[in-house]
Amino acid sequence: MTDATLHSPQPPRSLLVADARTRRRKAAETRFRAYGLIAISLGLAALVFLLTSVLGNGLGAFRQTFVEIPVTLDEATLDKAGTRDPKAMAKVTTVGYGKLIASALEAELAAKGLDTAAVDSKAIMGLMSKEAPADLRNQVLADPSLIGQTITFDAAATSRVDGFFKGRVTLESAARDSNISPEQLQLAQAMADVGLIETKLNLWGFLSAPDASELRPEVAGLGVAILGSAYMMLIVLCLSLPIGVAASIYLEEMAPKNKWTDLIEVNIANLAAVPSIVYGILALALFINFMGLPQSAPVVGGLVLTLMTLPTIIIATRAALKAVPPSIRDAALGVGASKMQSIFHHVLPLAMPGILTGTILGLARALGESAPLLLIGMVAFVKDFPSAPPEGLMEPATALPVQVYQWTQRSDPAFVERASGAIIVLLVFLLIMNAVAIVLRRRFERRW
Amino acid sequence: MSSETSKMSAQGVQVYYGANHALKDVNVEILDKTVTAFIGPSGCGKSTFLRCLNRMNDTVASARVLGTILLEGEDIYDKRVDPVTLRAKVGMVFQKPNPFPKSIYENVAYGPRIHGLTRNKAELDEVVEQSLRKAALWNEVKDRLDAPGTGLSGGQQQRLCIARAIATSPEVLLMDEPCSALDPIATAQVEELIDELRSQFSVVIVTHSMQQAARVSQRTAFFHLGNLVEYGETGQIFTNPRDPRTESYITGRIG
Repeated sequence: MTDATLHSPQPPRSLLVADARTRRRKAAETRFRAYGLIAISLGLAALVFLLTSVLGNGLGAFRQTFVEIPVTLDEATLDKAGTRDPKAMAKVTTVGYGKLIASALEAELAAKGLDTAAVDSKAIMGLMSKEAPADLRNQVLADPSLIGQTITFDAAATSRVDGFFKGRVTLESAARDSNISPEQLQLAQAMADVGLIETKLNLWGFLSAPDASELRPEVAGLGVAILGSAYMMLIVLCLSLPIGVAASIYLEEMAPKNKWTDLIEVNIANLAAVPSIVYGILALALFINFMGLPQSAPVVGGLVLTLMTLPTIIIATRAALKAVPPSIRDAALGVGASKMQSIFHHVLPLAMPGILTGTILGLARALGESAPLLLIGMVAFVKDFPSAPPEGLMEPATALPVQVYQWTQRSDPAFVERASGAIIVLLVFLLIMNAVAIVLRRRFERRW
Repeated sequence: MSSETSKMSAQGVQVYYGANHALKDVNVEILDKTVTAFIGPSGCGKSTFLRCLNRMNDTVASARVLGTILLEGEDIYDKRVDPVTLRAKVGMVFQKPNPFPKSIYENVAYGPRIHGLTRNKAELDEVVEQSLRKAALWNEVKDRLDAPGTGLSGGQQQRLCIARAIATSPEVLLMDEPCSALDPIATAQVEELIDELRSQFSVVIVTHSMQQAARVSQRTAFFHLGNLVEYGETGQIFTNPRDPRTESYITGRIG
């Protein structure tokens, strides 16, 4: 019966004319291609927009305007006794150094013949960061032999002056700003013309300086945040890689397949999808409230990020172990290797590229994670560098993504630039980690 | 031709995979310095039985083996037996050539090394060379022992696997369809090799090809649906089978 319908005679059709069905099929395919292209273009456009916005806002953070003046470090003011005793020298406060800088600046302005009639001496000092005297004091205390010499002191210009030379602040906006006056900016422009003010690359300063208060965005840097992130990554790597790999090997190669291991497997998959803030609550309850570990400490951050990264690493490692052909295990067992020997001599080396890739991607995710860190107090303002590990792991620090969050919260527009700069630094770290993952994978796979 | 001493002896072997009764009451004597072929249609239990002989079935969680298998009078399923030492004495070659992704030298040296069979590098070199010679591979690879084993041709890879298996000086060599992934020329080489190995080892080979069984073996066992139907001299099995099922199989009516 069906034969009759299948072979019913049909009018001969030309290959040169497409029938309606063929046209519909072709149209559907064309539409599908168009959807794909549109989706990819949208994605690329979003990426380009993000990068332009971040780079446009943030690249300025790596440049900084400095006031460069020769300062004579007068022994009579800084070290009356002349003993170079750090304790005695520390009695001279930043106020004393401030006066030293002020007189040096005024002398230099006079020497260059600049007209300062429109601005009083306080406003002249206002061109420089409030951090400048403390900066000079730290320099002198670190190296008392400077006393008696005349040094060229690079003081960070205040954020408004910095913004003026980067185009963020104009004479019109300064007129409405209580922090700076147009006259000050005109003086700054005149100083720049004679070379007393210069905007130059400040990469190391931005990367190494600690955070600074709301009023001093010009000296705020990422030093503590980078160090805190590095400490946490160290903890995550040292804990999650061995634990994750050992757990995966046990589950994949040794554990009996029964409902308990099924249950564990399902739960690991679920844990990988748990919102990271939940891990923050867990860490707050367990590590801080119950175990009494200090708040804001990299050790707690590292532990919570370890918990968060473990499922990712376990899933990646199990997938890598599964991908090793069973014939390799048979071959090893067949010549009399024990289970352990077959795993460690043959299976694990073959699974290594996959394991490393999974680990690095897990670390990259942990590096960019901020939500759980907010809950364990890493969002605090930390100006002091933690010391070297292991003590430093218990001392307060911040982390890169949290620093971004903190800076975007502050009112001074100069912090927008800093936050974007911090995002660039974070993105560069992530790119480096991904590149390392690719290189490692290539390298280990090339072996055979 | 073959000495009539028994090397391995299976008595009343039953194998279950979960609820599936895969092998039913098998009794076989494997003779020393003899090639024994297991033939039968797919799923008849011949590979299962082969894997019982060096306890590779231990790696299958659901497998249960009953009965007794003796190697030179010792029960290999005794609690005191470590499968690791058993597998050094009963080597195995698999269906698909599966060299380790390491150098040719490392492939062969791995077994002696983990079992501590050699005292120094010179002895190990000697064992590697002897094993490769016995596997008729030495002349082809002696200049590139550091090259990866996976870079060899299929037939060479399978001979490398044989060399790897005999490097631990086993007493019995199990081969699970060793030629099914090879072309006819490589098959002929491996078959020739099996015939040479008979002078030193007891060889058990599982094969789908009746012609191969007839060519290389002195003894043949025919398995069907988990039963050992018939076991005897190869010539007798192929020319004068006692069981009608054996006759149906070798004449091509079943399987």
